[in-house]
Amino acid sequence: MARAVVTLPARAKRGEIIEIKTLAGHPMETGFRRTQLGELIPRDIIRSFACAYNGEEIFRAELHSAIAANPLLAFTTVATESGTITFRWSGDNGYTVTETASIRVE
Amino acid sequence: MTSRREFLVLACGAASIAAATRANSQLDPNQAALRRAALEEAVRKATGGAQVRRGRVKLVLPPLIDNGNSVPLSVAVESPMTASDHVKAIHVFTEKNPLPDVVSAHLGPRAGRATLSTRVRLADTQTVLAIAQMSDGSFWSDSAEVVVTLSACLEEGLI
Repeated sequence: MARAVVTLPARAKRGEIIEIKTLAGHPMETGFRRTQLGELIPRDIIRSFACAYNGEEIFRAELHSAIAANPLLAFTTVATESGTITFRWSGDNGYTVTETASIRVE
Repeated sequence: MTSRREFLVLACGAASIAAATRANSQLDPNQAALRRAALEEAVRKATGGAQVRRGRVKLVLPPLIDNGNSVPLSVAVESPMTASDHVKAIHVFTEKNPLPDVVSAHLGPRAGRATLSTRVRLADTQTVLAIAQMSDGSFWSDSAEVVVTLSACLEEGLI
């Protein structure tokens, strides 16, 4: 079951720098581990993450095997106007999760 | 002729130096060399061969790590983050993980502050490198040395 959690302030002053924390539920299987029988466990990771503020991309990241399970990404943005912020994770085996959050800017 | 006391001091010193170098790295030297080459290649790919200067970047990692499977890492870059002068990308690399790349983040003036926090896996006691690409095309870096007691991905090439 694909899940994701996003934390950001519900309201902010115009021009304020807000912190966005994102957490996706994913095992991030590295592709370097073996089973007890010595077979390589195939890689299954989140490859990319993108965040858009009212449709305009503000942050993008490429993740690799060295990111821990349940990848946490925290970054900042300037609160410019009220609207929605969308988050999108995509990865191996057709994994895609989209999450949205709304923010009110005064 | 060394006295018995001098001999004991020397022997203890040598033994402790040997123990210290063994504690430094669990990776066999050939693997370590291959991975260092992979790191250089990854850095070249990210920077396009441009000169990387030290400074302006602050990489924060705990110096002693009990469990390499989840290590909090944060990068902060000194930058006004305006349209004309901002950080375009932050790359993080490791020296001894099976793959050198950790994360590449792309940001712009709308970030307000050039910061990034995440959690990473570390396979061995090693150096972690963070490189920031500025909008004027320059590259800045910082590195941190970490000691890892329990490593992530033990199965590959270690021991």
